[in-house]
Amino acid sequence: MDRHSIVRVVGVTKTFTLGKMPVQVLRGVDLEVAAGEYLSIMGPSGSGKSTLFNMIGGLDKPTSGRVFIDEVDISQLDAYELAWLRNRKIGYIFQTFNLIPVMSALENVTLPMIFAGMQNDHAVDKGRALLDLVGLGERFLHKPAELSGGQQQRVAIARALANDPAIILADEPTGNLDSSTGEEIIALLQKMSGERGVTIISATHDFKMLNVSDRVVWIRDGRIDRIENRDELNISIGTIQERHASA
Amino acid sequence: MSVATDRPGSGKISRQIVLPWGKSLSMAINSLRIRFFRSLVTTFSLVLAIAFLGFTLTGSVVARELFRLHGEAALPLLTSAGYAVDAAGHGLSAGAKELWLIALSLLVCTVGIVNAQLMSVTERFREIGIMKCLGALDRIILRLFLLEALIVGVVGSGAGALLGLAASLAASLLHYAALDFSGLNLLPLLAQAGKAWATGVGLSLLGVLYPAILAAKLQPIIVMREEH
Repeated sequence: MDRHSIVRVVGVTKTFTLGKMPVQVLRGVDLEVAAGEYLSIMGPSGSGKSTLFNMIGGLDKPTSGRVFIDEVDISQLDAYELAWLRNRKIGYIFQTFNLIPVMSALENVTLPMIFAGMQNDHAVDKGRALLDLVGLGERFLHKPAELSGGQQQRVAIARALANDPAIILADEPTGNLDSSTGEEIIALLQKMSGERGVTIISATHDFKMLNVSDRVVWIRDGRIDRIENRDELNISIGTIQERHASA
Repeated sequence: MSVATDRPGSGKISRQIVLPWGKSLSMAINSLRIRFFRSLVTTFSLVLAIAFLGFTLTGSVVARELFRLHGEAALPLLTSAGYAVDAAGHGLSAGAKELWLIALSLLVCTVGIVNAQLMSVTERFREIGIMKCLGALDRIILRLFLLEALIVGVVGSGAGALLGLAASLAASLLHYAALDFSGLNLLPLLAQAGKAWATGVGLSLLGVLYPAILAAKLQPIIVMREEH
């Protein structure tokens, strides 16, 4: 692949101190993600999946090792640069949608653009266009509580795209949705990845996510267990579903 | 395009996260409006404390003015209202008890504000975390909380000061009905009401300071951790 790597994780370890006991959650993870790739991180809870995910998003710092976003070591960034990174380079999508409850769909989408210094009129135009794009053009004045789970996640996707980020980090984006709504969200993410060339990194338990992924990274006990490309995938999904069915 | 080398000539300014004042103000007002009843309760304690302060401050000015206008003739009524003529015979002072009451009421009010604001911060952990994920700086969060407190302070303590002024005028007219009020200088009355108003705004800002700093220091990661 001659595309450059947008995310590079080098020898990352993370140790949390629980009471007086140090617990090593990540034991040396190396990972490269190419620009435009759709990557899924799979792993049981407690595997260190979320911790790795937070490191890539600049939400947490590694105990040792480095995380590069666009070849910049994010542990070297000061608070202002980190804020800028979160605002412009990364779009976050969460399991619990995490929209601001007191703001309308449109205000939620325009907020990152306002933070980025965009003029209000431009932000509103772009916010309306983004909500159209995710299929919520008519409901832009609704508050999150007046929207269904799937619609809230669509708003969250529009918000994540607000500043044309290079990376979208999706943490269990379908975790709180029923399976058909989940499929719509997955299709939408896949469309965004294809049409806009956004790199999508998602942590998930949802096997439907794997079908659309270019690569799947399996995390186990704080290490990368294996990395599979799309063409190798169908077989292993089959075995997992069998395992689930027999369990 | 990378973070460190993006637009090299323009330095840090181009990468600054901003929230214009107009937008900050509308967000603060919106936030108060949405939590209207909560805001009302917080405001109400401020209104009462400042009304009491305003009542006492303006009341003693009325007494002083009456003493200036009527001299010894007003003394029996003023003394019965609890004022003491000081040693020089020039001024009047409110009793020590009254000063203690004022200090206590302001203290209780401040503690109430701190308490209400701490609750408001806890309630909004997630909201603050989301904003930080979207790039908000500590000082933007701080500013939003300070603006809310400023609005509550200006409105609540303004209402309190007016209420206190009106009450003390009404009480004076009743209590000193025997005396002639013509020639009473209104300016020092308004000045005292203004003093009460400013005190209330100050208390409101003082009360929000610690909760707002707590909110500003929150790490964005709390959004990820707090899964329900």
